[in-house]
Amino acid sequence: MVFEPKILGFLCNWCSYAGADLAGVSRVQYPPNIRVIRVMCSGRVDPMFIFKAFQVGADGVIVMGCHPGDCHYLEGNYEAEKKYNMTEKFLKLIGFDNRVRLEWVSASEGTRYGAVVTEFTQQIKDAGPSPAKDNEELLFKLKALEMAAATDRMRALVGRERHITEDENVYGEKVSLEKFNEIFDKAIKDEYERAQVLLSLEKGVNNVKLLAAKLDIDPSIVLEHLLILKQRMEIDFGEIMENTPVFVRL
Amino acid sequence: MSEEEEEIRIGVFVCHCGSNIGGYIDCKSIAEWAKSLPHVVFTQDNLYTCSETGLAQIKKGVNENNLNRVIVASCTPRTHEPLFRSCIQEEGVNPYLFNFVNIRDQNTWVHQKEPEKAFEKAKELIAMGVAKAAKLEPLEKIIVDTTPTALVIGAGVAGITAALSMANQGFETHLVEKEAEIGGKLNILDKLYPTNQDASELLKSLKKRVNDNTNLTVYTSASVKSIEGFIGNFEIEIEQNGNVKELTIGVIIVAVGASLFTPTGLFNYDGQKRITQAELETLLKNNQVESSNVVMIQCVGSRIEERKYCSSVCCMVALKNALEIKERNPKANVTILFRDLYTPGTYYEDYYRRAREAGVIFIEYAPEKMPIVEDNQVRVHNEYLGQDILIPYDLVVLSTPLVSNEDNKDIAQMLKVPLEENGFFLEAHVKLRPMDFATDGVYICGSAKWPVDITESIAQGYAAASRASTIISHSTLEVEGATSSLPEYNRNLCTGCEVCITVCPYKAISKDENDEILIQQVLCKGCGVCGATCTNHAIVIRHFTDDQILSEILAFGGQYDGV
Repeated sequence: MVFEPKILGFLCNWCSYAGADLAGVSRVQYPPNIRVIRVMCSGRVDPMFIFKAFQVGADGVIVMGCHPGDCHYLEGNYEAEKKYNMTEKFLKLIGFDNRVRLEWVSASEGTRYGAVVTEFTQQIKDAGPSPAKDNEELLFKLKALEMAAATDRMRALVGRERHITEDENVYGEKVSLEKFNEIFDKAIKDEYERAQVLLSLEKGVNNVKLLAAKLDIDPSIVLEHLLILKQRMEIDFGEIMENTPVFVRL
Repeated sequence: MSEEEEEIRIGVFVCHCGSNIGGYIDCKSIAEWAKSLPHVVFTQDNLYTCSETGLAQIKKGVNENNLNRVIVASCTPRTHEPLFRSCIQEEGVNPYLFNFVNIRDQNTWVHQKEPEKAFEKAKELIAMGVAKAAKLEPLEKIIVDTTPTALVIGAGVAGITAALSMANQGFETHLVEKEAEIGGKLNILDKLYPTNQDASELLKSLKKRVNDNTNLTVYTSASVKSIEGFIGNFEIEIEQNGNVKELTIGVIIVAVGASLFTPTGLFNYDGQKRITQAELETLLKNNQVESSNVVMIQCVGSRIEERKYCSSVCCMVALKNALEIKERNPKANVTILFRDLYTPGTYYEDYYRRAREAGVIFIEYAPEKMPIVEDNQVRVHNEYLGQDILIPYDLVVLSTPLVSNEDNKDIAQMLKVPLEENGFFLEAHVKLRPMDFATDGVYICGSAKWPVDITESIAQGYAAASRASTIISHSTLEVEGATSSLPEYNRNLCTGCEVCITVCPYKAISKDENDEILIQQVLCKGCGVCGATCTNHAIVIRHFTDDQILSEILAFGGQYDGV
């Protein structure tokens, strides 16, 4: 059977959704694999939505907004880009980054909308069905990504990125983009591992040794994550079993 | 709340749109199938759901089946959502409990050769629509009182025109000018194209109309100190001679104009023998031009790397002044060195023709080989001759651009409106809302937005006034209900991190005196960025809540929340 991918699109009301309508008015023909969710602004697309979409069977997800400088809400598309970049970085950790796309499509670009959807559909066809379907291991990882992206640390970093790198803080300091990205990439890795730790605890993988083996991380790093998660009051020491401390998720 | 306990009863109406949808997919069987979806208690297919008959069928469906959510699967919400919303509102159903499913513009019209797949897609889209509809919540538009007063910042020709127009409509209008005299650039201009009327004549007549108007208060040597509040209810402070006056203002028109550019260091500019067109205007006005060899250079300081734009008025100013010199002294030699000449429309093109007829010489120069102003002659390279032409002069006139005012930034910050890269004010949309700012209740006209001439300034002054009066000609105004909010039940989630304040483009979010996040609904435009950024998921984007969008995503994956 021919593989027909399931593609989810998030379209901003003012530009891309209007562009999609114009494609209709102009009878531009494109593959019928995309299902559209309308949002007012591409900046509304919470990264959680994208991880969720992959967990329920999406083969590809595309976010579309207004061209830079054309945002109906002034700068919402820039925020969308920051959120999208984080999502892409997270997905890269599990090799899903070729299944997402961010595109700018204006209300007048009906033909381009059709071309973008056609091209993205082909990209997903080439990539094949999402390996996450009925794959416990990958679903576990996607869930961990969703949790990691939802932490206040990641959300604050994304929300403040433009402020931190483009404006000065109250002390007149500005963080360079390189420095910011360094911190950001480290945070991505850490939070993904911590989310996996949390999810593993639920499954009874509850001491440093077991966690290190399951997640393939150095035990000393696992311990660091556990201490930070304890500080955040997400986990606690349970009991000592055979000289090994056991942790529980709160 | 009873609303939460009330059973969800969804009605789905599938539109054939004649043959636009019905010609490709079987709407009747889709309507039948939709009955199997959770919470759906009534479905129907209509030939045209938007017709009188279709709307009557929706109303009948709502009444006979006690529907409290209505879905129409048809064209696009961008054209027809308001119609269906008001239709169910007439039957006592909150308009926000309506949901649109697009199965025409984004389905049958674009998959004409694959009707079976379009059929399946329509069903899936309706399932997603039903899932969202089940989570919809009723919302109310907010009604705000408006104050029938207007503030116009800047008393140049655009500002005066706008202020007079507002005042003549009966609105109490306040006109603030930072200079000691009103009139803006009219104070320095000699004659005005295309009528060749004296600028002073127009200024005199405008001043008289301003003075005679009892609805209009003028503040000269004054500035706007602070602007708080929102559309219909701005709180303004005007400072004049050290005194501060407080006003409540309904609408604001920005007409601050633009500044003259001094070409220091360009073409040996010295303000004496080598002057700007603005300085030439003053000489002409005072009848002090005695030069018989005049060379004008166009595009001085504009259309270059650091100032990419065309100032749009300088070509016409040069033509007008060249003709003026020729008229007063037909023997004078006037040469215009130009990159391109911009004389749109019949009147302006006629000026060019008349200048040619009067003997004004036009020589094109290339930006790679700029003319060189030497002590008594101008050297310009002519590409056709392949050599330099030497033109003797006793007066060089540089056509410099209008540039944005230095204090635009302060005004933009107070008004929470954007500036473009050259420091001019940026309108909400260049074609759809050219006189509006994205911030409601604030309007723009004249050279504050872009260099424009007197004719255009007057037209824009009227245009901005007419846009502004649409707001304060009503005693109240309705504000969209689908905005972001920090509901009481989420207050404990808010950590006060202020990221929402950083990302809100409309400054709708602030902290109140108790250091608690306050979202001003009338300022919010409902983009939802704050909600998608909120570090602890405390902010709710009404009508596009996480819960509603997640239910759509689940339905996309064939799952139904809570079923």
